[in-house]
Amino acid sequence: MPAIARPCDHDVVRDQRNQQPADPGQGAATKPMAQRPRSVAQLRRRRGGRLVAGVAGGVADHLGCPVLWVRGAFAVLAVCGGAGVLAYALLWVFVPQSTAAGEPMSTKERQQGFGVILLCLGAMVAVGGVFSMPAWLATPLVVVLVGAAVVWREADESQRRRWRQGARTNVVGALLGGGGRSAVIRVLAGAALVVVGIVVLLVGSTSMDEVRFALLAVGATLVGVAVLTVPWWVRLVRDLDIERASRIRSQERAEIAAHLHDSVLQTLALIQKQASSEREVRRLARGQERELRNWLYGPDGYGAQRPAVEDSRPATTLSAELARICGEVEDSFAIEVQQVVVGDCELDERLSAQLAAAREAIVNAAKHAGVAEVSVYAEVEAAQVSVYVRDRGSGFDPDSVPADRHGLADSIHGRMRRHGGTVKVRTSPGGGTEVQMEMPRAAA
Amino acid sequence: MTAGDATAPHPVRVFLVDDHALFRTGVRAELAAAEQVEVVGEAGSVAEAVAGIAHYQPEVVLLDVHMPDGGGAEVLRQVRPRQPEVVFLALSVSDAAEDVIAVIRGGARGYVTKTISGRELADAIVRVHGGDAVFSPRLAGFVLDAFSEGPGSAPVGDPELDLLTPREREVLRLLARGYAYKEIASELYISVKTVETHVSSVLRKTQLSNRYELSRWATDRRLV
Repeated sequence: MPAIARPCDHDVVRDQRNQQPADPGQGAATKPMAQRPRSVAQLRRRRGGRLVAGVAGGVADHLGCPVLWVRGAFAVLAVCGGAGVLAYALLWVFVPQSTAAGEPMSTKERQQGFGVILLCLGAMVAVGGVFSMPAWLATPLVVVLVGAAVVWREADESQRRRWRQGARTNVVGALLGGGGRSAVIRVLAGAALVVVGIVVLLVGSTSMDEVRFALLAVGATLVGVAVLTVPWWVRLVRDLDIERASRIRSQERAEIAAHLHDSVLQTLALIQKQASSEREVRRLARGQERELRNWLYGPDGYGAQRPAVEDSRPATTLSAELARICGEVEDSFAIEVQQVVVGDCELDERLSAQLAAAREAIVNAAKHAGVAEVSVYAEVEAAQVSVYVRDRGSGFDPDSVPADRHGLADSIHGRMRRHGGTVKVRTSPGGGTEVQMEMPRAAA
Repeated sequence: MTAGDATAPHPVRVFLVDDHALFRTGVRAELAAAEQVEVVGEAGSVAEAVAGIAHYQPEVVLLDVHMPDGGGAEVLRQVRPRQPEVVFLALSVSDAAEDVIAVIRGGARGYVTKTISGRELADAIVRVHGGDAVFSPRLAGFVLDAFSEGPGSAPVGDPELDLLTPREREVLRLLARGYAYKEIASELYISVKTVETHVSSVLRKTQLSNRYELSRWATDRRLV
């Protein structure tokens, strides 16, 4: 009977899949991501194998040409009035860093890269682009630029992402976050360079009094701006929070909808199609109930606090495996297997053998007992693990079992004996059957 | 009126509490066939239940574990001080041990699952009304687990209450293995009455035990 029904299942499932585009919800949400073609690499700065900030490497990856050419192009542009430097700096600021690690660069490539940079610097000096400016202007400018570059480099990527996303995290923490002492020193050095540059610029150009006045004015203006924009900042932070919360909620909703669509709705559709076959309806409903129950209440289920990602629980515990086995038998024989497990432990070779024997016992009960329900009880004790498989079915006379039947002899008795366990079978015609399997636990 | 007396002078008055109307209708239909019980009213929320139980004065309340605004435990908390004579039987679809243990500790006299047949349910109602506890195999498993003395289990408060006697343990284990009370009695060569006494004392221990928040058992277990 199940064998006939199976192919139908798949047909109906396929029907459902075909109808899916008409469904506005999760179909739209999940599909485009996976299907978008990815022929051209997005422009991302390289993380590994970089000289300064990985901009040239990223551009090279994007265009699909050797890095050396890109570096050369930047150098040539730099000589032309510093356009290359500016372009490099802008790309550095605006192009996100790639998340993939990338391979480290070879010594040869590194030497080539430095060579390009030195050549470029030499050419710039020769052309005198920067240094044709008066010294009082050029020196502080260079100092400021170097300082800013140092700060920016320190704050690169992970910190800046935090600045952008969490307006709440304080800037000092973000600046220094995760970098340790050397990061602190470098940031302070960079900031000092910027300040020194600005001061030198101002001192060089104007008299001391004017500087003081200007600094006061600038400071006052900044404070004023900060005070004036307080409400705006507050709103920004609040909006971010609200936005984040609603995003989490809608993701949650989409996940639930997707799960219900994949499980409950499919099963209900199947049940409608199979309504005439009571046995099949029962099988479907039971399988669905088990699945949904596990999703809601199971140890890794939706309702449970999810364990942290890093402590990935081993999926092979006795209770999980027994539940799987019972579910399998329920599905293939259209009976109900009620399992109760007391205690739990990791599976080892012996317990796997015991569960295999238990499976055989459950299957025997399902096949021969002629009942709709089988009880399975497992108890984990300090010294041993006991499993009881019980039905209230027809039972049999143990002495009258033909010698050519191997199920009980080999799969249950043999398996248990080979691993040091014991089996007791209590049965009588008409009185049901109980198979007791006890396995000593391996010394911990 | 004596325990489990099938020829009781009047049927047991039952009140239904469940937030699903469809399920209440189903239970009513199932129980309509049984002569020993009579459904006198039903409620779909905690507030309705509290008011309804006060009004109808039922003898047994069939209580859902999972409901919005507090669930079965909240109904127990509000009704028990005022009407200590009302007996509660938890009827749940929940598999989460902490829910079930919470209701049992709140004072319910038994716990059965929603897939129970109408006849068995009527039988369970009569039994709790007679003063016994009714455990489904699943609850027996939960309780065994809560009282188990593995390494790292909860500290013992009252040693008298915090341990099950070997006999109680045996009875519970057979319950968990799917045996009916009658079968347990013949298995252990004791009377059905004795089995019921053991089960009742297990229930009492579950409710009174200081075994450090039995209800947190499931949480602890998940952390293992």
